Amino acid sequence: MNHEQHQRYSRQILLQEFGEEAQHKLLKARVLVVGAGGLGSPALQYLAAAGVGTIGIVDNDVVDISNLQRQVLFTANDIGTYKTTVARTRIVAQNPDCICIEHTVRIDNTNALDIIKDYDVVLDGTDNFSTRYMINDACVLLNKPLVFGAVLRFEGQVAVFNLADAQGIKTNYRDWFPLPPQPTEVVSCSEAGVLGVVPGIIGTMQATEVLKIITRIGTPLHNTVLTYNALHNTFYQFGVRANPNTQYPATPQEFMAFNYNWFCNIADTVPTVRADEFTQMLLQGNILVIDVREPNEQPRITEFSSINIPLRSLQTRVPTLTTQQTVVVFCQTGKRSAAAVKLLQQQFPMVNVLSLQGGIQQWLHNNK
Amino acid sequence: MTITVLMFGRIAELTGAQRQTLHDIPDTNRLQQHVTQMYPDMANLTYSIAVNTVMIRENTALTDGDTIALMPPFSGG
Repeated sequence: MNHEQHQRYSRQILLQEFGEEAQHKLLKARVLVVGAGGLGSPALQYLAAAGVGTIGIVDNDVVDISNLQRQVLFTANDIGTYKTTVARTRIVAQNPDCICIEHTVRIDNTNALDIIKDYDVVLDGTDNFSTRYMINDACVLLNKPLVFGAVLRFEGQVAVFNLADAQGIKTNYRDWFPLPPQPTEVVSCSEAGVLGVVPGIIGTMQATEVLKIITRIGTPLHNTVLTYNALHNTFYQFGVRANPNTQYPATPQEFMAFNYNWFCNIADTVPTVRADEFTQMLLQGNILVIDVREPNEQPRITEFSSINIPLRSLQTRVPTLTTQQTVVVFCQTGKRSAAAVKLLQQQFPMVNVLSLQGGIQQWLHNNK
Repeated sequence: MTITVLMFGRIAELTGAQRQTLHDIPDTNRLQQHVTQMYPDMANLTYSIAVNTVMIRENTALTDGDTIALMPPFSGG
C-alpha cells in the first residue's frame, strides 16, 4: 500500500479486527455484482469505497426514470445510458484503486459460468427467480460464495450461500426453496412496488457480508437468512438446513442444458397481442378485456371497458368466457397477464385468450 | 398451549397481521391446515417454515412457547 492508500483506508485500517491485512485482502479481491439495480447500487458504491480491487458488474439494462427512486448510483442525466457504463464511471471516480469490469450482457446459463469463474464472491442483485436459481446453481458448480439479497414492498431478505460454516456445512437457495413459486403468486417490484430505502438497506447489508467474507472478520450469514421489515422495524433470523434430496445440475453440460424459464414456469409461450394490434381490436369490438391488476393499482383505465379480476383471485373468481369473443388480458407490464392467460387456457381451452404485450404501460405510452 | 406465528410478505398481507398467537396446535402440519382453512389463498402460496429459528421440512411437533415463521420467497432487486 502506498501513502495515499494508507490515508484513504485509514478509518477501517484503524479497526483492530480489520487492520492492514484485511485491507490487502480487499485490494486483491475480485467481486461480481449481478444486477446494477436497487440492491446493486449501494453495494457497488460501498464495495468500491472500501477498496475492493476488482469489481465486475453484470447488467444489460439502460437507466430508466422509474429506477431513480431507489437506484441511487444514477442521475437524471444517465437516463438511456447502460447501467454498467454509468456505474463504472462513478466507481472509478470514487476510487481509482478499483478496476471495474463491465459485463453488458443478459446473464443466462450459456454465459454465467464463464463470467462467474474469474471472481471470488458473487453478489446477487437480480430481480427474477429464473436468474436467481441460475446464479445459485452456477455458484454451487463453481464453488463460489453467493451473497443473496431480495426485496419486496417494505421487506427484504439477506443470506450467504455456498460458504462453509465452522462445521463445514454449506447450504444454498435450493435448500431453502427447492422449487420456485408459481408465476401466479409472484409479484415483482415493478408490479407490487418497493420503498426505495429497502433495497438500499438490504444491498448495503449484502456489501457488508462480502467485505466480511473476503477479510474473514466477524461471522458471515452463512446458512442463515436475515429478514428486515421497514414498516415495523423488525429483524428476524433463521437457519437454513442442507437438504440431501435437492437436485442440481451436476456438470457444466447439465447446467447449460437446464431450462430455467421452464423451471420457473415462465409463461414465455402464451399467445400475446401487441399494443397496436390491441387498439385495432378495440375498434373492431367483440372482445372481452380483463384487467388482472389489484383494484388499487394506477392508472385506472377509462379509455375502454374492462372487467377487473386480480390475478390472485382468478382461480376462485372464474369469469364466464365464450368462444364467440376474443379475450385480452392485461396487467401493468405483461407478466401477470401471461400467467393469467395460462390459467384461463386451462379452464377454457377453446377460447382465444391473449396477453397484452408490455402491459397497459406500453399501450398507454403508444396512445399518448 | 400457545404458539406465536410470524408472517412475512404476501402471507402477512393475506392474514392482515405480522404476528398471531394461536392455541392448541400440536404440530406444523396442523398449523398449515389451520392457516389454509382461515385463508384459502394460502393453498396456492409457496413458503418456508421455521420453528424456533430453524427451518423445517417435515412435520414437527410444537410445544408451548414455540415461534413459527412462515416466509415466502422474494425476487425483487
